[in-house]
Amino acid sequence: MAQATSPPEVVQEDRSRRGGYSSDAAGLGRGRAAAFVAPALLLIAVFLVFPALWVLYLGLTNYRLTGAAAAEPQFVGLDNLIEAVTTPELWNSTWLTLQFVLGSAVIGQVVLGFTIAWLMRDRTGPLKRAVEGLVILAWILPSAIVSFLWVALLDADDGTLNAMLGIPGFPWLLDHPMLSIIIFNTWRGTAFSMMLYGAALGNVPPSHLESARLAGASGWQQLRDVVFPHIRGHILTNLLLISLWTFNDFSPFLLTAGGPDGRSEVLAVHVYKVALQSGELGHGAAVSTVILLINLVVAVFYLRLLRSKK
Amino acid sequence: MTRFVLGRIGFYTLIAVLLAFFTIPLLWLVTAPFTSNPTYEVKVPDFTLENFQAVIDHPYALPSLWNSVVLSVGTALLVVLLAALAAYALSRVRLPGRDALLYALLLLSSIITGTAAMVPLFQLAVELNLIDSQFGLILILTGGLLPAAIFMMKDFMDSTPKSYEESARVFGASPLQIVRHVVVPLVRPGLATIGVWAVANVWGNFLMPYLLLSDVEKQPAAVITYTLYTEGGQANLKMLSTFGLLYSVPVVLMYLFVSKKYGFRFHGGIKR
Repeated sequence: MAQATSPPEVVQEDRSRRGGYSSDAAGLGRGRAAAFVAPALLLIAVFLVFPALWVLYLGLTNYRLTGAAAAEPQFVGLDNLIEAVTTPELWNSTWLTLQFVLGSAVIGQVVLGFTIAWLMRDRTGPLKRAVEGLVILAWILPSAIVSFLWVALLDADDGTLNAMLGIPGFPWLLDHPMLSIIIFNTWRGTAFSMMLYGAALGNVPPSHLESARLAGASGWQQLRDVVFPHIRGHILTNLLLISLWTFNDFSPFLLTAGGPDGRSEVLAVHVYKVALQSGELGHGAAVSTVILLINLVVAVFYLRLLRSKK
Repeated sequence: MTRFVLGRIGFYTLIAVLLAFFTIPLLWLVTAPFTSNPTYEVKVPDFTLENFQAVIDHPYALPSLWNSVVLSVGTALLVVLLAALAAYALSRVRLPGRDALLYALLLLSSIITGTAAMVPLFQLAVELNLIDSQFGLILILTGGLLPAAIFMMKDFMDSTPKSYEESARVFGASPLQIVRHVVVPLVRPGLATIGVWAVANVWGNFLMPYLLLSDVEKQPAAVITYTLYTEGGQANLKMLSTFGLLYSVPVVLMYLFVSKKYGFRFHGGIKR
């Protein structure tokens, strides 16, 4: 669900620009306007807001998928939350999720996305189209397919990677599950950062770069002194959005199913395993609450940032 | 001069490495479907079509692609309709609490994800008898996509001049006529963009149908792919590769169509 929420920088332009738009051009009137908004809000309320509130409540019960606690769940207060935060599995998952987000989003996608955007900044023609097309292809293909392609790529006996490296039989997904999903997700998600930085670099005034070059600045100095100050806002937007998406990404499940022995069980997979595979809905909901809270912190931070830029 | 040459060599080496990194994982998808008895190995295909026959003969493969179409088109239509109505009203009429509402929508769409809400959504579907119901899944997916859709849509609405609506009004058109005959044609590119965005989102969604549809006959291609991979302990590579290709082609075509027609750019993104 989260993947395509657009970076909503529109908010800030809205108020200053509009004003005149508050008048009702078609003569809709408040009654009809409310009727126009209502169906959408109803669906959002039932299938988005209610589940979020419900998850908070569920986390306070001992609800289970089957058995006695399924029929009459008991209110257990903060027990689940305390149980969840005191079990080592949750901390293990949180630590793995942190590695996943830092490794694949913050380092992998940002660095690779920026590098490609920077290399391609002044180019047109087939090379640029080929590079961008391939990167975007990795992004738009369905996750069930790309994760399977990576299973094939990393296969111990016949996989292309081992054939290229000349080490047949090396079990990547068993020996290095985290590294595998981190590189997989870097490959999968770089397109967004690439496009964002591509657009951002287009806004760096060429004259600034030109004068830096004339003053004898090296490539790195141009980047540091001219480009970064211009795109700092975009970097922050990019970091927050892709961190949020990566944090909530369920596709590692398709690659490693959290294994072996929970060594790649990021939080998204952890919830699924606790709540729906083991049937401990209450415990799972407590973990979901933790995820919601982390999402909330990141999102509020992001929105405040947008406001302060205005 | 040497520096220049070295720079060029470095540049092309880097590009070659990047191209390899992004191409190699995809090779299997384009070779295995045309190879008889494919393994995980990437081989030069012998251009057989028997794998496609196997997909056609499989009882759930082609129907699951149809299910994907039903789910994604159904969701896209509902999202476009509801988001357009809401965004139009929010753009043109100053409803009380509008700004707070927009802010809340933005916040909701980024914090409540399938991951965070899978437990309650599952329960809600059980309670409302929506397990194994494609319509139920469409409603749930629509609820998830709507906040972001309303947001993007409002952006389109705000950037269309309202003078057309005003002149239509002068000529005596009723508000509903204006919406239908003036506003809708004006924002059609916006409607198309949101529609394509919703289709792409649902087409690739694995988690929600995996949670909520247990009847194989109703499952979309994303879930069937995973089933083909795990069922019986051994992946059926013949089916998987070929089916995967068929499942991927529509997305690629849609991307090519969109990038040709509108240019593949950000919407609601970086405009300054």
